Amino acid sequence: MKSRVARLALVALAILAILPFGVSGYVLGLLTLAFYYGVCAMAWDLLFGFAGEVNFGPSFLMGLGAYAAALLNHYAGWPIPACLVAGAVAAVAGGAVLAVPALKLHGPYFGLVTLVAVLLLQNFIVLFAGITGGEIGLDLPDVLSVSDRINYWYALGFMAVSGAILFGLSRSMVGLILQACGQDATEAAALGFNVAKHKLAAFCVSALFSGLAGAMLIFYMGTASVGTTVDIGVGVQIIIAAVLGGRRTILGAAIGSIFLIVAGEILRPLGQLSSFVVSGIALVVILFFQGGFLGAALAAEARK
Amino acid sequence: MTAPLLRVEALTKRFGGLVAVKDIGFAINGGEILGLIGPNGSGKSTVMKCIMGIERPNEGSVTLDGVEVAGWPTHRIARAGIGIVFQHSRPLHRQTVLEHIKLALLPDSLLKLAADQGVEQRARWVAARVGLEHVMDRLPGTLPFADLRRLELAKAVARNPKVVLVDEPFAGLTAGEVAAFSELIATFRAEGKAVLLVDHNVKGVAALVDRVLAMYLGEKVAEGTADEVMHDETVRAVYLGGKIEPAQRPPRAAGSRDRLLDVRGVSVLYGKAQALDDVSLHVGAGEFVSVVGLNGAGKTTLFNAISGLVPYTGAITWNGTPLQHRSVARIARGGIVQCPESRELFGDMTVRENLDLGGHHLGREARAKQIDWLFGLFPILQERQTQAARTLSGGEQQMLAIARALMMQPKLLVLDEPTLGLAPVILEQLSKALETLRQSTDITVVLGEQNVTFALPHADRVYVVEHGRIAWEGSPARFAEEAGTGYL
Repeated sequence: MKSRVARLALVALAILAILPFGVSGYVLGLLTLAFYYGVCAMAWDLLFGFAGEVNFGPSFLMGLGAYAAALLNHYAGWPIPACLVAGAVAAVAGGAVLAVPALKLHGPYFGLVTLVAVLLLQNFIVLFAGITGGEIGLDLPDVLSVSDRINYWYALGFMAVSGAILFGLSRSMVGLILQACGQDATEAAALGFNVAKHKLAAFCVSALFSGLAGAMLIFYMGTASVGTTVDIGVGVQIIIAAVLGGRRTILGAAIGSIFLIVAGEILRPLGQLSSFVVSGIALVVILFFQGGFLGAALAAEARK
Repeated sequence: MTAPLLRVEALTKRFGGLVAVKDIGFAINGGEILGLIGPNGSGKSTVMKCIMGIERPNEGSVTLDGVEVAGWPTHRIARAGIGIVFQHSRPLHRQTVLEHIKLALLPDSLLKLAADQGVEQRARWVAARVGLEHVMDRLPGTLPFADLRRLELAKAVARNPKVVLVDEPFAGLTAGEVAAFSELIATFRAEGKAVLLVDHNVKGVAALVDRVLAMYLGEKVAEGTADEVMHDETVRAVYLGGKIEPAQRPPRAAGSRDRLLDVRGVSVLYGKAQALDDVSLHVGAGEFVSVVGLNGAGKTTLFNAISGLVPYTGAITWNGTPLQHRSVARIARGGIVQCPESRELFGDMTVRENLDLGGHHLGREARAKQIDWLFGLFPILQERQTQAARTLSGGEQQMLAIARALMMQPKLLVLDEPTLGLAPVILEQLSKALETLRQSTDITVVLGEQNVTFALPHADRVYVVEHGRIAWEGSPARFAEEAGTGYL
């Protein structure tokens, strides 16, 4: 089955890779966004699906990466690659500072802490608008590329590499241990696994990819703004994408992210109604098909 | 003589004001099996959790092969060489049996992405040893119950610990499976490991253990061979009670002929474990019926089925109407009120608030009257009115739980193990209150108990439940001669 998933993923990637020769720049722009959010959704699934922790603040990690990179580029004039590294490091450091105390909490409190963290970051950015650009956003001197196609390929490549790493990690022995920790922490500890260590590591990995995605995203857009990287709404989109795509599948999260953005676009003629319809679809899937798209496909496969 | 592999000394564990384990000590040598027995609430599971580090002991020491491990986190204790076989398994759904065993063989590393050479081979060997070789590639969801238990055992075997703790090794298994599991546990002994079996009664583990330590209310009451412990006076008193004397009571009116509650052929499955198997019983209006059985026999499941908390097959009728598919709330409004063994009090609310909540459907006056009556029944609750329920002693909490259930003015009161974890002096108070209740009202009561002494005096009729079936039915007077033996 493993090789089958890999083969299907490769076919899908190949089709996506040649897409720029067939569709408009507008569509490419949409997909570029979907790929960046898809990486965040995949990173989120590592926490939710495997470590069993609901992180309500994926946009906290994404925002840390985005703004660390943006500030360094805007004020210090660091080149893009250095900013990307700094963004990822900032997300991991900030995430760890948050996760070390939060993971000690039980029940829904971890999720609540991550939720509060988003609000704090958002308020902080707006409060120090003189430095951060506040709600208007922070202009960046550098961009990844001015070409739609090149930007698209950057995003696709980033998603492919991130997806491969996260998927591989989830299917590795470390992923197995992580899943055991998420399912029954007492039993995992009794088997000799340091549950806190494994969950913290998962959080850091998740933060790394989220932060990197946030940093890449702003260099694609040319500005860093709260609305695209930090806002609670962004986090909700990421979570819905991951759940829609299928919990504990990693790759499903990317599919969910693409679906959300494409569906929103197709339904655009409905105006305000479009996001209502998309949310409705998400609700139905969460209520009745908890496996999500990929979960349903895998279950059908298993029945054969 | 060699030093014992596991030594527990002066172990004490308190939960708030409750002393769950008090000054427990024992030692197990390599190649020895110790049975730790005690009725529900005796603290035996807490002892096991303290050894494994799942609970932190307040006092005392736990030494493994001479190394003090008390207070260590669970994973360090596990790495040091203590393994545990849990009673309830929660396997991963998407991983095969073999992958579960591999998991137990992995090092606690963040960087080892692939398993070492030999892990696969060793996992296969472990699977074969516990009898899972034919289902290695199946998912846990497709396995029968006994194989899931084997999987738990396999994980312990895989880790090759020096000390193995086994929680209720035979719960839910058939006689044939018990034999197979006994053999597997005996293998641990043959390999020189120290084994601790935790179970409810001596009978279940007698054939397997070298020594038995019996606990009651957190304290050690006896230690010795299985035979010695079974004949120990204190142990007999704990399980059977002293003399069983049915209380004298006025004969019931003709009303007792009416069947208020009728349970016919009820079976309940928990996943793959058969919790109730074709159980039939009836309760007449105004009757006091005791259902006795050891923990795990199926008493609580039976009550949960009556209250509509678990799905079942068969028929339960109340006043002639079937209850199947009725909501829990509707059944409760119909007059069946269950007082669960876990008490389910609102800990942060006061005694009075808990009672008011139970009587929320009553008018102000009726409620005050009902509370007055209950304060007469349980005077201590009147004194404690303004105290938070959490701060009450175990006995007081139990009285409050019963009082709250009575606030709902039930037609049928279902009491599930009210004696759980209570001291004998409290039992007496509780017993008196029940007797008053019985004499002064025409309430119908079903009492589930493992404490026979407590259950018999009030009962009009008694049912004995064993392994999910009704094993005996009769009057309390006949219980001692017909069902009393073989209850240890």
